[in-house]
Amino acid sequence: MDSAAELFVIDDQDAGIFRVNRRAFTDAECLERERRHVFDRCWIYAGHESEVPHAGDFQSRNVAGRPMILARGDDRIVRVLLNTCTHRGSLVCRQKSGNAKSFQCPYHAWTYNSRGQLIGVPGEDSYSPAFKREEFALAQPAQVDNYRGFIFVCFDPSADTLYDYLAGAKEYLDLVADQSELGMRVVAGVQAYSARANWKLLVENSYDGYHGLPTHQRYFGFLSDIGVEMRGNNLGAPRHQQTVDLGNGHAVLEYQSAWGRPIAHWVPSFGEHRKAHFEELRRRFDERFGAERSRRICETSRNLGVFPNLVINDIMAITIRTFFPLAPDYMEVNAWALAPMDESAEDSALRLDNFLTFLGPGGFATPDDVEMLESCQRGFANREVAWSDISRGMKRERPSVTDELQMRAFWRRWNQLMTEPQAARARKAA
Amino acid sequence: MSAAELPTRQEVEDFLYREAGLLDEWRLEEWLELLTEDAVYQVPPTDSPEGDARNTLFIIADDAVRIRSRVKQLLGKFAWAENPHSRTRRMIANVRVLGADGEEILVTANFAVYRMRYESVDTYIGHYNYKLVRGSDGLRIKERRAILDNEALRPHGKISFIL
Repeated sequence: MDSAAELFVIDDQDAGIFRVNRRAFTDAECLERERRHVFDRCWIYAGHESEVPHAGDFQSRNVAGRPMILARGDDRIVRVLLNTCTHRGSLVCRQKSGNAKSFQCPYHAWTYNSRGQLIGVPGEDSYSPAFKREEFALAQPAQVDNYRGFIFVCFDPSADTLYDYLAGAKEYLDLVADQSELGMRVVAGVQAYSARANWKLLVENSYDGYHGLPTHQRYFGFLSDIGVEMRGNNLGAPRHQQTVDLGNGHAVLEYQSAWGRPIAHWVPSFGEHRKAHFEELRRRFDERFGAERSRRICETSRNLGVFPNLVINDIMAITIRTFFPLAPDYMEVNAWALAPMDESAEDSALRLDNFLTFLGPGGFATPDDVEMLESCQRGFANREVAWSDISRGMKRERPSVTDELQMRAFWRRWNQLMTEPQAARARKAA
Repeated sequence: MSAAELPTRQEVEDFLYREAGLLDEWRLEEWLELLTEDAVYQVPPTDSPEGDARNTLFIIADDAVRIRSRVKQLLGKFAWAENPHSRTRRMIANVRVLGADGEEILVTANFAVYRMRYESVDTYIGHYNYKLVRGSDGLRIKERRAILDNEALRPHGKISFIL
């Protein structure tokens, strides 16, 4: 595979050719290599600090294929604990979420406190003097860090800090985090779904401006039916638009959109009675950030991809979406809504309403995206057609949001990680 | 509403079976006629089946405008996830008339809905909570909540039809 790995991506910048070998979407060995070269080495989103607001709160979930517990200890510190008893392996937390002073393994009743320390071992006197409780705390990923409420884990102790890893993506996470002075919160309710498709197809799709009109015509039809002004203001011809390679495989589309934004961008479908309120919200952003940054926060939409598997789309609402492959042709997806901590109940209800028009497995758009990804995956069975083309806008000086620069940023980083020999990696770490 | 005025289980069953038939046959315009003007259709998230759509992220929370738009989209050609239409088959069971709240008749029923497409079968399991009202020409749906027992939409990936 090492020699073949070189052939996954053809990147000829002079000629303007960029191709991805479709085996990257179908090959089981490729997925195995991704687990080691990508998911075990990159910073992976694990959750948001608002999901465990109080001491003792926990959420158990799968992150990068591992069962983990996002837990706020009695010392109020948020930790990520690997959900496996250090004795013989059982999950120590089998609830989805809750509040607990301790986690007791159901198998032999080893008990850990909310910080993950082992505090109870039945019949401890049967162990030899070499047995030391403090060596049996619940394990934690090599690195855990938090950027403005977004908690990431990394299994590579030699990896760059989260701050450096996020590179240019920080600016766009800031544009989301700055939407409240009190902080943002994940709204109750997870959209837990899946797609019978390779996970990288969802990466591409989540910030693909080219597919907007053909794939989502039904959504634009809905907007038009409810009276949203579409002319000169849609994904086909967005104003104030840019596509940016943010470094380290991250990329973003930023554009002015037709839809209303519950943060402070009113459209008539929100109702006349809300207009003055939205203008007041906007005025406060102008005061806090000045006209230009305020306009960016309130009026522009952003589709942000944080390498490898985190998407934050701040569009007609904000969704956090993360996904992980279980097989080359199957991924699990989890999506949440993010909202300002201090948003009124009425504004929050409007936000969720706006979210559901487009987003999620029952929305007017996401099911069609899933359909397209699954359709590509089925098409890949034609192995004779070996390559996908991702060269759109490659020779353009300033690629537009309907070009594919963002995907090339992802694939270049992916290819770099996948083809870097393990030995070189170990030398670098040493 | 007195107990005597409540519809019988058989009347409700006939109504729900008729609805299921219309949905399975993709006669969605006729299905809309079973709804009141202000009807709502909701599917709560799998982790908050008792949630309130005003403060919880649902899978579907359609008001009257969105239900009608959903039907229009599904009958048009651009709802790709349902073009071509999937086959569905609904099993409705354990129908109970729970009582009344003012004019609203509270009904619950279990469902198993099978969706067939591309030669795979996805099963949606759960129960409906209905609020029905009696109109001049029979029962009408004022609120229709499909509560999934599935712990996640896996491997379904979506609810692209009317569940």
